[in-house]
Amino acid sequence: MEKMITGLKSGQERMIARAISLVENNDVRGYELLKKLYPTTSLAYLLGITGPPGSGKSTLTGKIIKYLRKQGGKIGVLAIDPTSQFSGGALLGDRIRMDEVVTDSKVFIRSMATRGALGGLNSSVFDAVLILSAAGYDYIIIETVGVGQNEIDIVNLADTVLVVTTPEGGDEIQTFKAGIMETASIFVINKSDRPGIEKMELTLEQMLELKEYESGDWKPPIVKTVATGGEGVKQLLVEVENHQRFLQESPRKEERKQEIMEKQLINLMEKILRRQKIEPVVNSDYFKEKIESVLRREIDPYTLAEKLINRGGGSG
Amino acid sequence: MSENKIKVLVAKPGLDGHDRGAKVVARGLKEAGMEVVYTGLRQTPEKIVRAAVQEDVDVIGLSILSGAHNRLFSEIMDLLTRDNKDDVLVIAGGIIPEEDQQQLLEMGIDAVFTPGTPIKNIVNYIEENVN
Repeated sequence: MEKMITGLKSGQERMIARAISLVENNDVRGYELLKKLYPTTSLAYLLGITGPPGSGKSTLTGKIIKYLRKQGGKIGVLAIDPTSQFSGGALLGDRIRMDEVVTDSKVFIRSMATRGALGGLNSSVFDAVLILSAAGYDYIIIETVGVGQNEIDIVNLADTVLVVTTPEGGDEIQTFKAGIMETASIFVINKSDRPGIEKMELTLEQMLELKEYESGDWKPPIVKTVATGGEGVKQLLVEVENHQRFLQESPRKEERKQEIMEKQLINLMEKILRRQKIEPVVNSDYFKEKIESVLRREIDPYTLAEKLINRGGGSG
Repeated sequence: MSENKIKVLVAKPGLDGHDRGAKVVARGLKEAGMEVVYTGLRQTPEKIVRAAVQEDVDVIGLSILSGAHNRLFSEIMDLLTRDNKDDVLVIAGGIIPEEDQQQLLEMGIDAVFTPGTPIKNIVNYIEENVN
């Protein structure tokens, strides 16, 4: 454990990677590690990047990293892809689009699957952020597909959130989950050299106008990029800096920290409950017998669930 | 309930541009419940080993059709040792002549799967041999 802490604090990638695996696997050693790290670790600046599949998030991430690296500083990336609900497996392909930066010794890229098969927020993203912060990364980019509630919760951990869309994405905007539009600090229209850009820009502007902004509120700017060629990335980072500065001065900053910690605590409690109360029941033969009795109408599921929870963690 | 998932890096070293096989294997392993990181074409040994370290994978699957396997694989094995990542299971696939296979095994590659191998065999091999 001490070896791992010293290793990751001195930036050894092998140790950082092992530590993230421990928390991903809900290994108790992972939690022991986090308990030790938390008191002395302040979180890095978190940049969330989300948007529908194919909007160019990973390519844009690659370009943003390149740009930020010119200013110095170490960058961690958590590229999150959904776990298949059917097989439990996941295909993690975000590294392909970040090929330009994978050899940079100051860039650490980790792909993570949501693993949220049992529901709930994947709190190991927060844990991985803590680990990377402890390892001295100045910026952490969290990249996720903006489709489900899980992903919205993940991206909400970030200080600044980029919502990426494309000129063809008009319909997506209409059907975006309400939460994701509200979460945006900056809208990015990527692939902006394609037809339909004016219409997309107008759609976003109109949507933003529906919301009333008071003085002192942050109104999300719209930035046009072509990630493959790097156009607009400089302007995008200017807006990121503006937002960063806005947060520094905003009273919302502390509020946000509290909201995030509240979610994280709920999460951790759920995990503990699941491990201590639910899993032992679910894995017992008694549970399977009881399902039968519910189906035979010998007991109703509502009474049974209460009984099972009280029984959880007990023997047999 | 164990939450450990087998994590696999599927990588294409060298200069050939054919990743159909690698993609089919990646998909098959995903369907078998594994987490598969795919890094794309033309990966140098350095890139592959760095990805294996950062992603903390249990298995590296190397796909190659260019014929440069002897040199590239031996570089990869050396880098894995250098970076203390030699506890990983390394399997190889692609066009690899029989006379080279023995050499690859001696170099530390754990298994070689040539074209026509059912994905199921690869899945079984991984499940039985992963640490």
